[in-house]
Amino acid sequence: MDLYEYQAKELFGRHGIPVPAGKVAATPAEARAISAELDTPVVIKAQVKTGGRGKAGGIRPAAGPAAAESEAEHVIGMDIKGHIARRVLVEAATVPFEEYYAAFLVDRAEGAFLAMVSAQGGMEIEELAARDPDAIVKLPIDPVAGVDADTARQLVGKAGLPEQAAPVLEKLWRVLVEEDALLVEVNPLICTADQQIVALDGKVTVDDNAAFRHSWEYAEESVSLEAQAKAKGLNYVKLDGKVGVIGNGAGLVMSTLDVVAGAGAAPANFLDIGGGASAQVMADGLEIILADPDVRSVLVNVFGGITACDAVANGIVTALQLLGERGHGTPIVVRLDGNNAEVGRRILSDARHPAVRQVSTMDGAAELAARLAAGA
Amino acid sequence: MAIFLTKDSRVLVQGMTGAEGRRHTARMLAAGTDIVAGVTPGKGGASVDFGERTVPVFGSVADAVEETGADVSVVFVPPKFTAGAVEEAIAAQVPLCVVITEGVPVHDAVRFRALAAAGSTRIIGPNCPGLISPGQSSAGIIPADITSAGRIGLVSKSGTLTYQLIYELRDLGFSTAVGIGGDPVVGTTHIDCLRAFEEDPGTDAIVMIGEIGGDAEERAAAYIAANVTKPVVAYVAGFTAPEGKTMGHAGAIVSGSSGTAQAKKEALEAVGVRVGKTPTETARLMRSALDAR
Repeated sequence: MDLYEYQAKELFGRHGIPVPAGKVAATPAEARAISAELDTPVVIKAQVKTGGRGKAGGIRPAAGPAAAESEAEHVIGMDIKGHIARRVLVEAATVPFEEYYAAFLVDRAEGAFLAMVSAQGGMEIEELAARDPDAIVKLPIDPVAGVDADTARQLVGKAGLPEQAAPVLEKLWRVLVEEDALLVEVNPLICTADQQIVALDGKVTVDDNAAFRHSWEYAEESVSLEAQAKAKGLNYVKLDGKVGVIGNGAGLVMSTLDVVAGAGAAPANFLDIGGGASAQVMADGLEIILADPDVRSVLVNVFGGITACDAVANGIVTALQLLGERGHGTPIVVRLDGNNAEVGRRILSDARHPAVRQVSTMDGAAELAARLAAGA
Repeated sequence: MAIFLTKDSRVLVQGMTGAEGRRHTARMLAAGTDIVAGVTPGKGGASVDFGERTVPVFGSVADAVEETGADVSVVFVPPKFTAGAVEEAIAAQVPLCVVITEGVPVHDAVRFRALAAAGSTRIIGPNCPGLISPGQSSAGIIPADITSAGRIGLVSKSGTLTYQLIYELRDLGFSTAVGIGGDPVVGTTHIDCLRAFEEDPGTDAIVMIGEIGGDAEERAAAYIAANVTKPVVAYVAGFTAPEGKTMGHAGAIVSGSSGTAQAKKEALEAVGVRVGKTPTETARLMRSALDAR
């Protein structure tokens, strides 16, 4: 999960990394109060989990409380690349003398940790990597030994940062390790005219799998179908099309979306019900998909691996009974294959549910679902 | 022949006394796996009756290895305890440790991967279905009764797509099918499996299944160009996945311009690997690749 800048900076503060004085505000009045409290020129920063805020006008200076209120008024509710800014960070304006880049991250390709440091901060790291790759110092970090004072000194020395940046890098590493972060990035990390190192921005991604050993409270304000599905233990992602897709296993569902697209229709969602599809889980899944007004047909694509297809078929029959009239007659194309497929198909055909049609192959089922969604 | 796992493999199960561990141990036994031990801390001296075989339970991996000569461990313990279980297997120098558990923190995976690399253990997973050498042995949860023994090797991030392909090609059969797992950091990569299949005299051709996220498929393409002489066909899932949305697997996310299915397909095709548009077409490509030999 990506954190907002204000959450990242709270973490930094807790780990002793210098950040500008500031607080988060959800209303213009709060922004005004924070500005008055700070009693110094401030910057109003949109809190969105995407880059390019500055260019979109989501970062605005304000000389005093009145300006802070009106600028916050402007920024709160702003749509930046599809992300709505619900809060702003109001923080003391801090002038950089120099700007650097510093990050620690999980390097997927190597299955290890990586430090990336550059004396040229401020721009997007991808842009810098394209323009001047030699300006970025990359150093693999031994996951067992970690980053000690020596490693931190070595990093700032190689990258050409002032030596007082070394202890800050050491603390950034500790954020990565102690907070189970997959990414800790500061861009820019600045040096002020009086030689202070300050984290002017912060991007932290924490590992949801590690939530059991942290007391994180990073609740998302979401009432979406995706959140409802998650509460039922289903993995659902809303997409733009008309064919609802439900299947078992992330890979197979991803593949089903592609096959639907290949058949000329757009999938309405990704929904993985996982292994061992019980009737209740199948019913929950179908219910979420049928609640989407865009859905014109549903494709249930299940491969019986561990769970035999007869159990899956019984699950679908029970699910349709549980759903009853809520199905609204939306056609449901079912493809069952694998373990005990013959028996499973017979159970479904014996049930003679009017909305259900069976096709024995994945490609054929996708074609039928696509045709039905198009109204043919 | 096969890679990593053969009929001679002596398998221990960490977490065998739990519900999942017990269920899948029974299935592995039915697939012909030589299960020699279970390990559950604090339950040493107990045993579990699986009908045709009663499997002794040890309190530690080291004890189990010493008493039974186990050389493969399959891990079914909950995420909280997975790192400890895997590190125990590494310390006991178990040559192969298959981590089925889903939801393992990435930091834990990075750490045990490094410890394994420094020691003498190969890790497969976490968050994987394991591997099967049909007719010989199964370490994990891949169903044995949907395929057969043969001369195709398969490596995949996804469990269900593995099942789909080994089922479609069940008449030809497989030397070994390996599910490496869908997490951002896994112990064994596509490249590790490609190398092993290339060296395995029992494997004639290779199916590689990838999905969005990371650049493992691109790296595998470069490896194939330089090192693999056997025919490889591939499938990549996730062409319709939008940027920034995780598609089920923790690792399956397109960020910016990297990790797209299209980029992976192009990288593979550029080195002569035929890439199927659907799993079924991929199976067809494998048949024609074998016919052409």
